[in-house]
Amino acid sequence: MSAAGLPLETPRSARTRSRTNFELYSWLFMRVSGLVLIFLVLGHLFIMNILDGGVQRINFAFVAGRWSSPFWQVWDLLMLWLAQLHGGNGLRTIINDYAERDSTRLLLKAVLYASVVLILFTGTLVIFTFDPNIG
Amino acid sequence: MRDAPAAPRVPAGTLYRGREGMWSWVAQRITGALTFFFLFAHVLDTALVRVSPAAYDSVIATYKNPVVNLLEVGLVGAVLYHALNGLRVTAVDFWAKGPRYQRQMLWAIVVIWLLVMVPGVYFMLEHTVATLFGSSS
Repeated sequence: MSAAGLPLETPRSARTRSRTNFELYSWLFMRVSGLVLIFLVLGHLFIMNILDGGVQRINFAFVAGRWSSPFWQVWDLLMLWLAQLHGGNGLRTIINDYAERDSTRLLLKAVLYASVVLILFTGTLVIFTFDPNIG
Repeated sequence: MRDAPAAPRVPAGTLYRGREGMWSWVAQRITGALTFFFLFAHVLDTALVRVSPAAYDSVIATYKNPVVNLLEVGLVGAVLYHALNGLRVTAVDFWAKGPRYQRQMLWAIVVIWLLVMVPGVYFMLEHTVATLFGSSS
C-alpha cells in the first residue's frame, strides 16, 4: 500500500481532487465528537438501561423530573446534536463508498440530510418546549 | 537498472485485506449505521412527551417488553463496541505506535467489552427474567 494519497474518508471510492479541506475537518470532527459522545451516550445508556431498575422505571414523570434540571437539558441537547451530526456524517461516508451511480448517491444523501434536519428540529423543539404539566 | 520489487497485489477493485483490521472496520460501519437508524426512531418516540403523558408512557411500554428488552441489550453491545473501537481507531490515527499495535488493541477492547457486558446484561435482563421465569411477584 502506498503511504501517500490513500483517501481514508472514502476508502472504497475512486480518488478525486478537491479544492477544500472539508473531508479533513469531517475526519477530525468524527474523532472529537466521538470522544465527547463516549461520555454522553454511555452515561445515558447506563442511567436509562442499567441503573436503579433500568428501563422499567422510565415514564413521563421520570422524564419531567430529569428535564427540570438544566444539566440534563444541556446533556440531552448536546448528545442529540453531536450524535446526529456524527451519525449523519458516517452515513454520508457509507453512501459515498457504496452507491456508485450519481443519481443513487444524490437521492440517498437527500433522504439522509432530510432525516438529519427533521430529527435535529424535532428533538431541539421538544427539549426547549417541554411542558411537565401537559395533558 | 532493475525494477523495484513489485508491491503486493490486491484483488482488482478492492482494498479489503481481511483479518482483524478489516473486520473491526466492517463492524464499526454496521454498528454505526444500526445506531443511527435506532436514533431516528428514538428521538421521535421521545418526542411524544410533547403530545401527552399517556402517549409517551404507551410507547415506552414497548421498551419494557421482553423481546424489545433483548434488542436493547443488542443496542448497548453495538454502541459499546462502536465507542471502544472508535477509541482504538483514534489511537491508530494519533498515537505514533498505534498502527503497530492495532491488532493487540482490538483484542484489548474485546476483553473490555466482555467485562462490561456481562454485568450490564445481568442488570438489563434482571426484570425480564424475573417476570418470565421467576416465582415471586
